[in-house]
Amino acid sequence: MGGASGRAGPSEPEPPGAGPSDGAERRTSPRDVVATMAGFARTLRAAGVNADPERLQAMIAALDRLDVENARDVYWAGRLTLCADPADLRRYDRCFAAYFSGESASVRRVSRPPVVAARFAARSEVGGQERRGDPSVAAASEAEVLRRRDVARLSAAERAEVRRLIALLQDVSARRRSRRFAPAHRGRLDPGRTVRSVLRRGGEVSRLHHRAHRTRPRRVVLLVDVSGSMSPYADVLLRFAHAAVRCAPRSTEVFTVGTRLTRVTRELRHREPDAAIAAVSSAIPDWSGGTRLGEELKEFLDRYGQRGMARGAVVVVASDGWERGDATLLGAQMARLRRLAHRVVWANPHKARPGYEPLTAGMAAALPHVDDFVAGHSLAALEELAGVIGDA
Amino acid sequence: MPNTASFPASDFASPTALSEALDRHAYLADEGLATACFLSLRMSRPLFLEGEAGVGKTELAKTLAAVLDVPLIRLQCYEGLDAAQALYDWDFPRQLLHLRAAEAAGVTDVQRLESELYDRRFLVARPLLRALETSSADRPSVLLVDEIDRADDEFEAFLLEVLSDFTISIPELGTVRAEHPPVVIVTSNRTREVHDALKRRCLYHWLEHPAFDREVAIIRRRLPEASERLVRQVAGAAARLRGLDLLKTPGVAESLDWTEALVALGARDLDPDTAAVTLGAVLKYREDTERVVRGLDVLLNGS
Repeated sequence: MGGASGRAGPSEPEPPGAGPSDGAERRTSPRDVVATMAGFARTLRAAGVNADPERLQAMIAALDRLDVENARDVYWAGRLTLCADPADLRRYDRCFAAYFSGESASVRRVSRPPVVAARFAARSEVGGQERRGDPSVAAASEAEVLRRRDVARLSAAERAEVRRLIALLQDVSARRRSRRFAPAHRGRLDPGRTVRSVLRRGGEVSRLHHRAHRTRPRRVVLLVDVSGSMSPYADVLLRFAHAAVRCAPRSTEVFTVGTRLTRVTRELRHREPDAAIAAVSSAIPDWSGGTRLGEELKEFLDRYGQRGMARGAVVVVASDGWERGDATLLGAQMARLRRLAHRVVWANPHKARPGYEPLTAGMAAALPHVDDFVAGHSLAALEELAGVIGDA
Repeated sequence: MPNTASFPASDFASPTALSEALDRHAYLADEGLATACFLSLRMSRPLFLEGEAGVGKTELAKTLAAVLDVPLIRLQCYEGLDAAQALYDWDFPRQLLHLRAAEAAGVTDVQRLESELYDRRFLVARPLLRALETSSADRPSVLLVDEIDRADDEFEAFLLEVLSDFTISIPELGTVRAEHPPVVIVTSNRTREVHDALKRRCLYHWLEHPAFDREVAIIRRRLPEASERLVRQVAGAAARLRGLDLLKTPGVAESLDWTEALVALGARDLDPDTAAVTLGAVLKYREDTERVVRGLDVLLNGS
């Protein structure tokens, strides 16, 4: 590989808007420098750059080795120490120009669009498409048929039976390799155990001991869409989430998305499925509203995911991909999620329909960033989803 | 100006001086990158380089080692990388051999024998430990932690521990402390987000694909035998390829490979025929190649 340097920065690094003649140059006493830079860091934080005190300290240390009177040096000292992401660089350039040219940076707060409780009439057409499907399924036992039926088309009694079966689901959890070891029959040599056994036998090497990594639960995060278009499935999916929480209470997190992101893990810790679902219902402010998946995914990643919840986790998004907002935002957030998560699974109940194609803008934007695309419309499909989570 | 042979890190008076030294080793660094390297040397702070593949992240570490005239210690990250491969490992076969030899010689002092087993000579130093051990004030070692985004989260925690105070504690032996912190360059292709705690310990720099003029300068600096005309054509085509939203965008590394291939074929000019046969040096996916071959004329005469 050969290569050489690149030009830096997404935009040509033309430092302060004011030019090198003023701005940073006016303040020269060390105390002023610290105060000025602390103010600058505050401006950056307001603009969304994580310029914490430790980074500020690094910047001041960097300036100490450069020329404080030179605006370009100030620009680079700050950019190299205060930023941590390509997205930060644009904000940094804006804040730098604004702050050192005397204005206080105008930080626009992103105003939340009003919560619209639009209802979708996109109900699933009632019909027995599943019945005339595979003849072998039709011939199978009653329970087997029920397992494969679309839950949106069940009678009340059948639905109760499916709920009961979901509550019995075992092993909706994933494992990951731990750093710790356990004795094993094959794997790497275990020096400690081998040496101890050699010593026990007075120096005779009779057999080599091996060890392999143990496993630990891997975090599973479920994002369940409870908007209007998903209402036939939301109940069943939440019960599935309940089963997952019951399987691995400490490594499972559940959120509902719709018009708002709601964390419902605590509500789902209830032992009784019905009580848990009732608790979730009262916690969700936006049952059957519209969907702003992109924004909510962003909120999830900003508030929880990036800080560690999504890192190395299996993230399951259960949604039909009906996006009311900007589909490109959803695509970008899915890409971000993919980079953080170990595996991204998308469960779309409509996928099982004959002739289904991911044509909705949201679904099309999200699919390139999805590892597994599954259905999740029937008990059998949910079992498959549990398998996908377990194999991840 | 010091000669090109060897000089301690502290000898660079300014980023410009460092940039000139890099230039003498055929690496063209711009102001930002030169400042980043300069600060990294002066502050003994690791440099975290992010950017697409082929923009010269790894090459910078190699060149920096050449400028400081010290060996480059490289740790290539991959999934499942653990402490035994990154920090140190005990040389188990040699330990056993030592035991047998001692037995044959009739050594009976078990206590001494055991303490001998965990002697430094039975320790295999992996890149991180090697970098700490070989680094001194006038000859800091250059440690390249390549493609950190490929390693697991747990490994980041190890690295954080090592990079925060440049010590490694070995339970059987004690703590190894670097006499002088090594120059550390961590690279990432950003296939996954690296933990903020690690970035906070580092200087962060984002490397972009170079602009046209800079790319021409880089190729000419590296491959003086290529004609100016050919180099300009290659750089122009590379810039247009980057705008095509390909599966794998070509970096400077690919432009250099391409030019080298063309020079090897004796081409003075980049025409559709020579371009078609050498496209494999730039594009590494069949889908990309198919797309580009269809519009080869536009690619070559775009401007």
